[in-house]
Order: sequence, then structure tokens, then C-alpha cells
Amino acid sequence: MAFLRRRRFISVVGRKSGVPEGLWIKCPACKKAVYGTDVKDHQEVCPQCNYHHRVSVWQRIEWLLDPGSFTETHPNLISADPLGFTIKEVAYSYAQKVTEYQKRTGLKEAIITGFGAIEGERTAFSFMDFSFAGASMGSVVGEKFCRAADDAIRERVPLVSFATSGGARMQEGTLGLMQMAKTADAVRALNEAAIPYISVLTNPTTGGVYASFASLGDIVLAEPGAEIGFAGKRLIEGALKVSIPEGFQTSEYQFANGFVDAIVSRTEMRALLAKFLRYMKPQ
Amino acid sequence: MKRSSIELVDNARSTVDPWLPFEKRSVELETRLRMAATEDEREALQRELDAELKRAFSSLTPWQRVQVARHPLRPRMLDYTSRVLDDFIELHGDRAVGDDPALIGGLGRFEGRTVVVVGNQKGVSTDERLRRNFGMAHPEGYRKALRLFRLAERFGYPVITFVDTPAAHPGIEAEQRGQGPAIAENLRAMLALKTPVYSVVLAEGGSGGALGVALGDVVAMFEWSIYVICPPERCAEILWRDADRKELAASALRITAESLRSLGVIDEVLPEPPGGAHRDPDGAANTLRIHIRKFLEGCDTNQWSPRKRQEKFRAMGQWLEG
Ligand SMILES: [Zn+2]
Repeated sequence: MAFLRRRRFISVVGRKSGVPEGLWIKCPACKKAVYGTDVKDHQEVCPQCNYHHRVSVWQRIEWLLDPGSFTETHPNLISADPLGFTIKEVAYSYAQKVTEYQKRTGLKEAIITGFGAIEGERTAFSFMDFSFAGASMGSVVGEKFCRAADDAIRERVPLVSFATSGGARMQEGTLGLMQMAKTADAVRALNEAAIPYISVLTNPTTGGVYASFASLGDIVLAEPGAEIGFAGKRLIEGALKVSIPEGFQTSEYQFANGFVDAIVSRTEMRALLAKFLRYMKPQ
Repeated sequence: MKRSSIELVDNARSTVDPWLPFEKRSVELETRLRMAATEDEREALQRELDAELKRAFSSLTPWQRVQVARHPLRPRMLDYTSRVLDDFIELHGDRAVGDDPALIGGLGRFEGRTVVVVGNQKGVSTDERLRRNFGMAHPEGYRKALRLFRLAERFGYPVITFVDTPAAHPGIEAEQRGQGPAIAENLRAMLALKTPVYSVVLAEGGSGGALGVALGDVVAMFEWSIYVICPPERCAEILWRDADRKELAASALRITAESLRSLGVIDEVLPEPPGGAHRDPDGAANTLRIHIRKFLEGCDTNQWSPRKRQEKFRAMGQWLEG
């Protein structure tokens, strides 16, 4: 790798999503220098070590679905700031934060829902995006997930969800907490209607999202190396004064403990989902 | 076994002074009242005490309300079951891993009918608190609760759940055994349950750990209890990297019973005796008994269906749609 000496490379640690093309980057997992375009060509998976970079929801849709098949549903839901969470003393305004997130990400909220197809199989989808408020679950995330489930029931097509979440949308308080109940009810309705629900856990899927709809899939898949768990590592360390074992709360750990059906590389996800969608097609 | 309020006090006194600063004056009057020699003196002190309790508890800041909810003398689940139920037979074990002393349950008799009771027992003495992990359940607790919900459904017994936990236990074994999936499973199961459920928040209901047993057809909160997505001090730490701003967070999070009722998160507020349930556990239990009775009577006359419960939780949340 002599060219390394000539080329500048940047670290992608801390980047929310998107590996820069045309540059050399240092893989946060294997620490090797890899060409950004190569990573991009592998759906933002490190060609050296299979590390899965975070991807934006639109990028994921482009790679996963049949070209041009996606139609977004319920695109105009935005947070209503139900608690009026503005604190003058610390100059903090939730409403303003939401506007900032919207500007920075081009998304209205941390979730996109819609209909699309994989290998011709029409499917309802729910995608979360970590770059919007750490994909914390507030009223909009809860409502849109429920609507996606109801749409799937109405059209009798399966629901595929790609979950990610850094935790609770604290700024919506207990109303935010209630989204766990609400989304669990959407899954109950899917179950009663015998509509298949495939839940894919991506990095990270933690807190209330993990303790509600994300772990209730008829089939639960995970991308490799994702952080998956309920209580945060730092919280556990702080509360118990213990050190966390290597590999704790990874996809592989949850697979070993029996909470994940399969760990599936991003590049193989489409082919496997296509099988599930064909084999489990609702009658 | 009933613990009287005096026992509650003695128990807590053996460790540290349990009283909150704004209760000091009331406690002083209460002590004098107990030692009053004449009827006249007693009456005068009682009047003074009533006024003082009213004064002290009418102007609490949001953070002081958090302190009342976390009051070490606050009655716990078993203090209520011993007063509200004619009988309670605890049932143990999740049939897979073990028994969780933090989240307990069993068969109870309420005014001559069989009910299933599930809830957090946080503990009173230091020993009991440690043994019960401060009411913080492991996955086996949630799975035991689920087993009891199913038992209730099978035989058509109403369910009463008591919520009194700061959180689900954050720990390595809890994660290993599926804390997230266990809570998720309970949420889905409680929403589908074909038997009536009454849930009451006793003191502090915290996050998914509380929610996992709190999806009642009616969710009640005692007047001075709180129900939070995360503790105010942790919220302050996460949002502003400063746990000392907990008072600001406590105020902004709107965690009191009446706020949550106006947000549609809970259905009813149970008024507490003057100065809080810890001053008069019998009085608080009596209020709870009346509300449970009213709930069960409503269920008997068919004002109840799983569908209503599902619709209630589905409607929670506020958003704008442009
Ligand atoms: Zn790599």
C-alpha cells in the first residue's frame, strides 16, 4: 500500500453516516486504510473486515429495494413538542432542536415509512435514521410505525422494519415512553391479522425501541456488529461498578443468547428478505 | 401483615433521618400531638398540623415532588395488598430461569372475588431493599408477570398491577437473558389480554421497566407519585451533561399525576391523605380500594374491552401533520 504515503486519509469515526468517496479512510474497526469508493461499492461495508458503517435511510432504500419502487407514506408528520420543552435557564428548546435536525438531515423525523418492492414482492416498510436525534422514539416515530403496520394489514403485504435507536426521546417525556406501548400494539395487530413482520436491527438498536417493536418481529435479523441491548453500557458500568465484557450487546452476542434469528450482511440482506417475502406471502 | 405508619417511621429511623426539609415542622407537630396531655391541646395541635401540612404540600417545586415520590417512608406494594386484599397468596418463578423478588405476584381476593396481583415490591428495610433489588426487575420478573397475566386470562380473573420501580434492572445478566425482549413481550401481551387490568403507580414509575407491567384499562397514579421516561437527574446529564440541573428537568418533563392525566397518559389520580400516603397508609389504601371496586363494577357492567385498551394506547402521542 505504497500509495498511502501519497494520499491523505481521514478517519470516519464519529461520522453519522456516509463514507466519503474518492478518499482513503481509516476503518474504525480494522484500522486499515480503505478506499472510500470501495466501501461505498460494498454498501458501506468495509471490504477488509465487514464493518458496517451507518447509512442514511435514503441510501438504504436505494440499495435494498427494486429501483424506483418506493413510495413514501405519511411524509408530513412532525413533532408537536407536546410538553413545550423549552428551558430558558439553559437556553434549551426542543422545538428548535427538531428544526436543526430537520435542516441538518433533510428528514422531517427519525423514521421514513412507505411501500416498495424487493424482487417484485410488494412490501410495507419502516426505516429509522440515526442521524435524526439519535433515532430516539417520540410521538412521530411511534405514530408512523403504527401507520406502516396498519397499511401492511390493510393491503395484506408483509412489514419490514429497519430499526435503529440511541434511546428515549426525553423531550417528549412520558408521552415518549408510551410509544413503546403503542408500537407493541401495532405488532399485536399485525400478529392477529397474520401479516408477517420482519424486524432488522441495525447499529445501534437500544432502549425503548429494542424493548418494544424491534424485538417483536416474527423474524428478527441483525446487521453484523451492531450494538443491540436495552440498558446502555455506560449506565450498567455506572450502576454496577463492573467492567463490561468484550463483545457485550453486539449482534453476535444477542444471536448467541437466542434473541436474533440470523446475522445478515447488508450486501446479502436483499436476497434473504426476498425469500422471506416470497415464502411468507400473506394469503 | 400490616405495617402501621409508626412502624414505617421506626424502620426508616433506624437508618437515617427520612424526613424531607419541608416536612420538619409537620413532624415536630406530629410528635407533640402524640404526647399531648389534654383534649384541648390535642385539638389545637391537630388544627395547626392540618394547616401546616396543607401549607407545606401546596407549594412544592417539581423537584420536591420527586422527593415526595421517592420518600423512604412511602407505603410499598405489600403495604397496599395487606390492606386492600382479603388474602394474597404469592406465586413464584417464571418456570424457566428463577424467581424475581423485585417483581412479585400471585392470587388475591378482593371483596370476595379472585384477582391476580402483579407488581414491584421495592422493600422497606435496607435488607429487604437489597434483597428485592430496589424493585428493579430482571427478565424473569417480567416473564413471571406474563405467566400470571395468562393465568388470569385463562380463568377470567381481573388483574391489578402495582407500579413502583425506578427502572428495569440495568445489568449484564439481565441483558443476557433478554431484558428488552422480555419487556416488549409483556407490552404486546398486556395489550392483547382478554381480562380487565387496573394499574396503579404508587411512587416512582420509571421508564420501560415500569411500563412492562403498567398497561391497564385504567392506569391510576397516586397524587404524589411520578411516572417518568427517565429520571430527571439522568435527563439533565444526557441533555446538558450536568446532573445538577435535575430541577429544571423535573419541571420540564411534566411527570406529575395531574400533568400526565391532562396529556392522556393516565386515566385517574388517586388523592392522598394530607401530607402524603406515608402519613396515613390506611387512608391511601382506602382510596385505592374504592377505585378498584369502581373499576371492577364497571367491568361487570361491560364497560370494558381489550379493544378500548388498545385504542387508548394507540391514541397516545402528539404530532403535527402538514
Ligand atoms: Zn474494516
